Amino acid sequence: MTGDRPVLTMTGISKTFPGVRALHDVDFRLFPGEVHALMGENGAGKSTLIKVLTGVYGTDAGTITLAGEAVSFTGPMQAAAAGVSTVYQEVNLCPNLSVAENIFIGREPRRLGAVRWGEMRRRARELLTRLDLDLDVSAQLGTYSLAVQQMVAIARAIDVRARVLILDEPTSSLDAGEVAQLFRIMRQLRDEGIAILFVTHFLDQVYGIADRITVLRNGTLVGEYRTEELPQFSLVEKMIGQELDVLERLDEQQKRATVTPDGQAPLVDATELGRRGAVAPFSLRIHAGEVVGLAGLLGSGRTEVARLLFGADRADHGQVLLDGGRSPLRTPIHAIDQGIGFCSENRRAEGIVPELSVRENMILAMQAARGWLRPIPRRRQDELVQKYIEALSIRPANPEAPVRNLSGGNQQKVLLARWLITEPRLLILDEPTRGIDIGAKAEIQKLVVQLSDGGMAVLFISAELEEVLRLSHRVAIMRDREMVAQLTNDDTLDADRVMRTIASGTPREEVHR
Amino acid sequence: MNTVAERLRPLTGHRLFWPALVLVVMIAANTAYRPGFLAVEVKNGHLYGTPVDILRLSAPLILVALGMTLVIATGGIDLSVGSVCAISGAIACLHISEAADQNSASTVATALALAFGAALVLGAWNGVLVAVIGIQPIIATLILMVAGRGIAQLVTEGQIITINSEPYRAIGLGHFLTLPLAVLIALAAALLVAAFTRRTALGLIVESVGGNAEASRLAGIRSRRIVLLVYVVSAACAAVAGFMVTANVSSADGNAAGLWIELDAILAVVIGGTSLAGGRFSLSGTVLGALIIQTLTTTVYAMNISPQTSLLFKAVVVIAVCLVQAPAFRARLRRRRRGVQTGPTAPQREKEQVPA
Repeated sequence: MTGDRPVLTMTGISKTFPGVRALHDVDFRLFPGEVHALMGENGAGKSTLIKVLTGVYGTDAGTITLAGEAVSFTGPMQAAAAGVSTVYQEVNLCPNLSVAENIFIGREPRRLGAVRWGEMRRRARELLTRLDLDLDVSAQLGTYSLAVQQMVAIARAIDVRARVLILDEPTSSLDAGEVAQLFRIMRQLRDEGIAILFVTHFLDQVYGIADRITVLRNGTLVGEYRTEELPQFSLVEKMIGQELDVLERLDEQQKRATVTPDGQAPLVDATELGRRGAVAPFSLRIHAGEVVGLAGLLGSGRTEVARLLFGADRADHGQVLLDGGRSPLRTPIHAIDQGIGFCSENRRAEGIVPELSVRENMILAMQAARGWLRPIPRRRQDELVQKYIEALSIRPANPEAPVRNLSGGNQQKVLLARWLITEPRLLILDEPTRGIDIGAKAEIQKLVVQLSDGGMAVLFISAELEEVLRLSHRVAIMRDREMVAQLTNDDTLDADRVMRTIASGTPREEVHR
Repeated sequence: MNTVAERLRPLTGHRLFWPALVLVVMIAANTAYRPGFLAVEVKNGHLYGTPVDILRLSAPLILVALGMTLVIATGGIDLSVGSVCAISGAIACLHISEAADQNSASTVATALALAFGAALVLGAWNGVLVAVIGIQPIIATLILMVAGRGIAQLVTEGQIITINSEPYRAIGLGHFLTLPLAVLIALAAALLVAAFTRRTALGLIVESVGGNAEASRLAGIRSRRIVLLVYVVSAACAAVAGFMVTANVSSADGNAAGLWIELDAILAVVIGGTSLAGGRFSLSGTVLGALIIQTLTTTVYAMNISPQTSLLFKAVVVIAVCLVQAPAFRARLRRRRRGVQTGPTAPQREKEQVPA
């Protein structure tokens, strides 16, 4: 039952961080008794909007009204006290405390300063019964599944008489059954009149539960839609925001679908490779000299595919043949020995070693493959490093500068150099152009073409369809942790068709929905 | 004023500048108090004097701190080095005390080999707990820190084993080429560890693992082996230190040998400029740090500071040393001198956060 008057209205919200315009003149409203999905790609401003709403950040401009009154929270605690509660993606509860303690931590029922344990357990039971959960409230939270923990987090959130419940990617680590359980509770809360703001990357879930959808892109509002009036394809289009004329210009460019001759054994032949909770089993072949693009929305399982092929995560299903021979990719070093390189999308956490110099970062993978007892002679190091600093025009061109002092684009080039030095046969690039300037981006794209012309196989992952289509011979499409299609990048393939496939999960032209 | 600071930048910016300055200031203070502090003389072909004493007494600490440096560089810590000192000293002394001829070189050699081998096993134990089983280093090595004292007591059967072996005594008190043998052993160990880490790629890989463990894994580094190795190196260094400590007094005391040396070693590493968070390490800094600590201890004795207040005195100096070395503290000090308000910096920093 959607009410007529919004419980929450955000009007003209703007927020700028140094160098980044995170939100620009965004409007958002939330009605009581609805589930409202907030959609957008990475960096669209979803998190910032939520943080502005709950008072983590102040606003540069704009107003927020809750139940008709202008509000400006100073922090999540104050927001929660006013009835705006948030449950985050990572369950931020204490697994070593009991369920009841977790629900009431920080606001335990007290008498004369002493916690009233009986009262606390009784109220916890009441609250969970309301959510149709049958839990032992004295048991340690950690003994329950992640889904149950997520629901305890919700119970904690709604205890403070919430009018607005914000669920920030609550389903990202849940399996299908657990998601269904969560949705049941969300529907129940909605029917009680609570307004739910739901952030997710899973399209099926949006269409499974949301009444209304607001789409953000690059910090601006694209629009607010009723779910039944917005086909999945249009949603994807609005999130990615390709402009048609740009795409048409691309189509005129030479297509790269000159696939390697039939009969040539693939370099990598993954069969039913998968990992529970990460990505459903997929099969993928990559030939020498071939660029395979991996397209899909954020969280669709793109990175998970890359990590399985590199051995960064261990597959629990299927197998990989390299050059026709079975090869266990248990750890990265096995993959590197087989000539595979992997540039992680998470440059900071999984890429650079910030304290070390450009030179040391570059030679790291080669040195690791040789083992510590066989150091690369310093002269050889200097040659290699000099060569790649020039080839990739890394600035500053100082091999001894700590890599943390370089810009993002230059750090990315250092990482590329780290792998190119190992002369891999397959290079996996996960979002290699994200967050770097246009010039560096073009250089990296050019490099990928050169490498594949030289016989290297490349798995190219990017959120930007334009890039994927420009570089790839074939495009594999991910959707909701599943590889739903592999399309040859010929004249018939354009961004429109890729988006349709992402939206519908089938590569057919006609889509019913 | 400013130009002088500018011109000194290459010097003051060097990572060893502050520890070296501290050492110089300490020596200057001692010399001012007692002008004969720096005097060194030759007696019976050996060098004698306070500086030589400081070098000789700091030898065990230098050894332990060298191993500790590598462990800390991987982001770990080794609390068990004191116990390993005690165990290795006890095993060596036990073997010598049971021999018919305590002065036989082969007996001493066997004793050292036995004790050294035992230390390697203990180091591997620590390494397995940390690298394979995944226990936090501080807890994993705490086990051996506590249990190791018990093992040492078992070896000595609760007694203090006294030996009368000239070759063994020489490890602590002997001389070679006018210099105390202990100093030469520590120097050799420092050169060996330096070669071991900088002539191979071990140093780079240790720094990489300590700097960003996940990135290192994805670059193909087998961090388990490396982490295991540094704990073994640490125990090996501690074993040699244990020989020196027991040789100094020609006896093995399971309770007292190497007591609290782990804390001094950690301090030496930190004073030497290696971060407890892991990453970049400096062996020369560690050696300087160990010398600073030993000089401080000697100063306490030389200045006749009463035993009741000596620990407090040490603590105050150590805090001062650490503060002087901290760039954040120096910056604050400089601001205060210029009279600039430092109030609103904290909230500003929060605002500069980039959106998640």
